[in-house]
Amino acid sequence: MSFLDYFLGSRKKTAHVAKDRLKLILAHERDADGPDFLPALQEELLAVIAKYIPVDKENIKVSMERRGDYEVLELNILFPDQH
Amino acid sequence: MAKIIVITSGKGGVGKTTTSAAFASGLALRGYRTVVIDFDVGLRNLDLIMGCERRVVYDLINVIQGEAKLQQALIKDKRCENLYVLPTSQTRDKDALTSEGVTAVMDELRTEFDYIVCDSPAGIESGALMALYHADEAIVVTNPEVSSVRDSDRILGILAARSRRAEQGEEPVKEHLLLTRYSPKRVEGGEMLSLQDVKELLRTPLLGVIPESEVILQASNQGIPAIHMENSDVAEAYKDVVARFLGEERPLRFIHPVKVGFFKRLFGG
Repeated sequence: MSFLDYFLGSRKKTAHVAKDRLKLILAHERDADGPDFLPALQEELLAVIAKYIPVDKENIKVSMERRGDYEVLELNILFPDQH
Repeated sequence: MAKIIVITSGKGGVGKTTTSAAFASGLALRGYRTVVIDFDVGLRNLDLIMGCERRVVYDLINVIQGEAKLQQALIKDKRCENLYVLPTSQTRDKDALTSEGVTAVMDELRTEFDYIVCDSPAGIESGALMALYHADEAIVVTNPEVSSVRDSDRILGILAARSRRAEQGEEPVKEHLLLTRYSPKRVEGGEMLSLQDVKELLRTPLLGVIPESEVILQASNQGIPAIHMENSDVAEAYKDVVARFLGEERPLRFIHPVKVGFFKRLFGG
């Protein structure tokens, strides 16, 4: 940091930059990861639902997401058109 | 029954082996029968840091492959009565470390010792997974620096998903964060992540802070675990870490810049 910068305070503290960047990337990577059982859960749900209603594999989406202090398991099933 | 502790980090060069040597020595100094195992197959280094490199005859891989008995491979530490080192092999064969073999060695050690400290290799490949698999507790060694924090987060995820405890649905591995190479002066100047920052980012309880110090190099030069470096910040900080691990209350030390007086600055000392 140069003598002038010191008085002008023109440079943002780099530790803050590091923290902000890490906050974003860690949140992103934790979401992308999800627990290991998700693919298996998706397979098994598909098997159960397919017993009653014909559904495509692509139409079942299972995801896990962190909201504050708790995690939300989200299950989306798109049923085929009845027409 | 022994408690198994893995010293891990994801990133290399953050102080896993230094910490393994110091922490295992600290447990032994407190009277616990302790063994420290090098899991870094092909890149053996714990023996150098412990100062027992010339006494290695058999290693972990010899034991796993039935070429030696466990007792023959264990090296008694020259400084601590209750401490043994189990070195790894310099083989380039990555598959030498089998999970059945490691399990058998752990089962045998468990009956003999109070604590088994596993020094993990860097990365997230089979050696690292093998080192953390049996862990009851984990010490995640992290530097206040972006790549180390990110890799530690990754390793925390792997501990929660791939350990034996996770696989068998037992109580999860107890995780501890250990900040190393911490420079209070640079933190104060806003050019280094603070311990609060790292704690908040990794959401893991802090076991201790080891200050950046030239003593670490002096210790490794001589093959002396850093906890034996008398009158040094680093040795004191590692002793605090061991005490906290054993459940004692110890306030954090060496986390504020040392105020140097005018005369001391002028004349040195």
